[in-house]
Amino acid sequence: MTIRTTMTAGLAALVLGTGAAAADPVTVGLITTLSGGGAGIGTDIRDGFQLALDMNGGDSIHLVVEDDGRRPEQAVQIADRMIQAEHAQILTGIIWSNLAMAVIPAVTAQEVFYISPNAGPSALAGAGCNPYYFNAAWQNDMLHEAAGAYASEHGMNHTFILAPNYPAGTDALTGFKRRYTGEIAGEIYTQLGQTDYAAEIAQIRASGADSVFIFLPGGMGISFVRQYAQSGVDLPLISTAFTVGQDSLPGMGEAALGVVNAGQWSPDLDNEANHAFVTAFREAYGRTPSLYASQAFDTANLILSAVAAADVNDHEAFRAALRAADFASVRGAFRFGNNQHPIQNVYMREVVNADGEITNRLLGLAIADYQDVFASECPMQ
Amino acid sequence: MRNEHREYAVNAVLALGLLAVPLWALWANEPFTITLCTRIAVLALAGVGLNIALGLGGMVSFGHAAFFGLGGYVAGILAQHASSGAPILGLPGSNQMLVIWPVAMLVAGTVAAAIGALSLRTTGIFFIMITLAFAQMVYYFAVSWPAYGGEDGLPIYVRNRFPGLNTMRPWDLFVVSWGLLMAGIGVFALIRGSRFGAALMAIRQNPDRAASVGISPFGVQLAAFALSGAITGLAGALMADLSRFTSPSMLAWPMSGELIVIIILGGVGRVFGPVAGAAILVGFEVTFGGMTEHWKLWLGLVLLGVVLFARGGLLGLIAGRERLG
Amino acid sequence: MSAALFFEQLLNGLQFGLMLFLMSAGLTLVFGVMGLINLAHGSLYMLGAFFCAAAASATGNFWLGLIAGTAAAAAAGALIETAILRRLYTRDHLDQVLATYALILILTEGTKIVFGPFPLYLNTPTLLQGTVNLGLTEYPLYRLALIGFGLAVALGLSLLITRTRLGIRIRAGENDREMIAALGVNIRALYTLVFALGAGLAGLAGALVGAVQAVQVGMGEPVLILAFVVIVIGGIGSIKGAMVGALLVGIIDTMGRFLLPRAFGLFLDPSQATVVGAALASMLIYLLMALILVLRPQGLFPAHA
Repeated sequence: MTIRTTMTAGLAALVLGTGAAAADPVTVGLITTLSGGGAGIGTDIRDGFQLALDMNGGDSIHLVVEDDGRRPEQAVQIADRMIQAEHAQILTGIIWSNLAMAVIPAVTAQEVFYISPNAGPSALAGAGCNPYYFNAAWQNDMLHEAAGAYASEHGMNHTFILAPNYPAGTDALTGFKRRYTGEIAGEIYTQLGQTDYAAEIAQIRASGADSVFIFLPGGMGISFVRQYAQSGVDLPLISTAFTVGQDSLPGMGEAALGVVNAGQWSPDLDNEANHAFVTAFREAYGRTPSLYASQAFDTANLILSAVAAADVNDHEAFRAALRAADFASVRGAFRFGNNQHPIQNVYMREVVNADGEITNRLLGLAIADYQDVFASECPMQ
Repeated sequence: MRNEHREYAVNAVLALGLLAVPLWALWANEPFTITLCTRIAVLALAGVGLNIALGLGGMVSFGHAAFFGLGGYVAGILAQHASSGAPILGLPGSNQMLVIWPVAMLVAGTVAAAIGALSLRTTGIFFIMITLAFAQMVYYFAVSWPAYGGEDGLPIYVRNRFPGLNTMRPWDLFVVSWGLLMAGIGVFALIRGSRFGAALMAIRQNPDRAASVGISPFGVQLAAFALSGAITGLAGALMADLSRFTSPSMLAWPMSGELIVIIILGGVGRVFGPVAGAAILVGFEVTFGGMTEHWKLWLGLVLLGVVLFARGGLLGLIAGRERLG
Repeated sequence: MSAALFFEQLLNGLQFGLMLFLMSAGLTLVFGVMGLINLAHGSLYMLGAFFCAAAASATGNFWLGLIAGTAAAAAAGALIETAILRRLYTRDHLDQVLATYALILILTEGTKIVFGPFPLYLNTPTLLQGTVNLGLTEYPLYRLALIGFGLAVALGLSLLITRTRLGIRIRAGENDREMIAALGVNIRALYTLVFALGAGLAGLAGALVGAVQAVQVGMGEPVLILAFVVIVIGGIGSIKGAMVGALLVGIIDTMGRFLLPRAFGLFLDPSQATVVGAALASMLIYLLMALILVLRPQGLFPAHA
């Protein structure tokens, strides 16, 4: 299968055939993980992005996709090639914070725009913010903070917290604790990629906690949630969309039912753009979109809106067009803060069985119109 | 003899070709091609290091990623301390390649000596598994130790410096890497022709006979393994500067596999084998990586074909089967 | 820390160790008989889990899935052995490393093409859901069953090796390959059988573990590396060594993850202690391996002593 595809939809070109879009197509490089563990998330990112282009049509964007194999060096090399050999003007697609930390500074230093559909490390949201870097998803801590706020408001004051021992894991627990007012019943860092959690669950059982918060993305979460369901420990489980999202739920099955988790989006979020997105995604790919797919879809629409409004070679004008965020986000209200990260609502969702499909249902608002705590350290206005 | 001449010719083509392509790219303003050639040179240098242990000494190490990654971490950590001004172990950091390189070689060589001392108590299949396991231990440590970024890795925002050159320019960094690669190849050729190299190869062929003529297999092999790790560590330091980034993935087992692949694709024990191997691997990755997301499947099939049908690697195909060892 | 928690962790370590034994037994057998290092053993574990998940969800029956997973891995093993690895027994270990490394790439990517990039779902059988009261603590029934399974397979394997004609040939093959060929044993068929047996054990482990873990591409390699550690500790080619090594690794790893952060908590502040403890716990079994190498370079139970 060829993944280096040129997006051309002749019909729609007629519609958009005015103004800036009539110029040469803008080359967008999408670097994401399509092989090894985590390939499912990368597939969602690619498919979500592609869907937005298909739905909006137009030949304003020439998309180049490549697999980073989840290796930072490889991602940097691909970014260099896309910029230097293929003259990409916008890059996007990276899932993981560690790859983002390697690629984004290298890209922005070459005065090329990078728009993150996922990773939002704190180092790039605060003092390290950059005019060429936008994040269309969240700052890393945001969803965990919402989960902490929810736990406190719902009378949980003895929570056991657990995450893998790597920076995104420590960030997650720090984020949770930031808005959590109760007491921590226990705190465990597990090995990255760990698949057996019997030892940790035994400690949870013995801790006397009243609830459990986990950040275990991908296969780690699938393993934990299923082992937890079988362990006989029935404390409420709180998490974020990274752990119990649509990418993992099919692998968890009924074990995930009832897990409450934070996310800025949910497949049943009630707005017009989201209805269209979820329907079209199911039709095109035969599965329910994940949070990652929704973010990639928004990223593509953000880029499309800016390309239609300004010339990408006029960096000032193009940046202003991106900052305006003049597109219908599937998460509803969406705007950028001074650090070019989203200011948005974060909701709580609950895993339910909807007519045989294990999926998330909206539970309510967790924190409204929220800006990340690092924005104040960013010198940009 | 004819084979030998043919190999010299191939070596010259490889050495000069690796210089000519970036020169052309410089003229044609294709900076990425230069970067690609730099990557080939750096991976080849790492392969030259491994080739000392594997090609000359017959020590099949599946753990050279550890030394490669450690070299990278030395570059990243020294650069970080240089920019923050904080001392490390009572000494200042540095952003000078001429300081970083010896430190990287020393650190990687010392760790290689330690791992080697334990692993060389055994041979053959044990050795493969033990080197893999110890490399994995270093990997897990790097991932879970937060001081230098853990899984996030360590960025190098401005490349470390080399006197008289601007290493941020692709061509300048290439020249540095090419020079080091040639120096590494020179060291390899010297070792192969030396008494030390002869002892090493004698041990590979028959350890008992070597011992009976008074060669201590353990000492010779340990020295070769440490040197091998040091050169691979040097390549790691260069790779960190090329990527402007160090991360645990440099330490992970697929990297060890890649280094072995480089050597075998080029031809085990051949002086220029790693250069040919690195060029093939990078070329394959760039060509097929852009065409299909399943390129690793094709790489696997090619490797299988090489093992079954082309045992001498590329140089074996061109210059004949017999080894110059 | 209560006795109940300690007891539960001990059971966890035992269960983890027995699953490692299933992985290591096949590896060590293949090396002992054929002198082959098989890096793709982890891929066979992955195949077992994927085929089990696919068959279980198609038939709705976990046990059919378990049989399918084991059989698929054994069949894949037999196929790989006859088509490729057979040619490599006389080659040096380097060729074996490269060929089996290539097989990892092919099987990993091939699995992704066939089953898709998303993790598969595999549930525990209804018969084994829930927990049992062991007096000191509640314990998941399925994990208890895994312990039983592991012990049963270990027993069966040792009977196979010591009591059957096949076992005699395997032991003869370990000791002297030319000899058993001279005795008229079809050595090629024996090798294929042994490889398929090892692959089937790996597939069985993958299928059993797949019911409580994520069934995903790349799940085999971390287990493979642990199995290497087990074999180095136990001694290559020794089933008994694999058993002892696996239990040591399983129990020490589990206990390390559990106790080290607490131990550091005695003199460090809690959040620092958990990070330092977790970092050290991840290195613990490798340090054990280093210690064994210093004391007994051939492992605890060298097969060719």
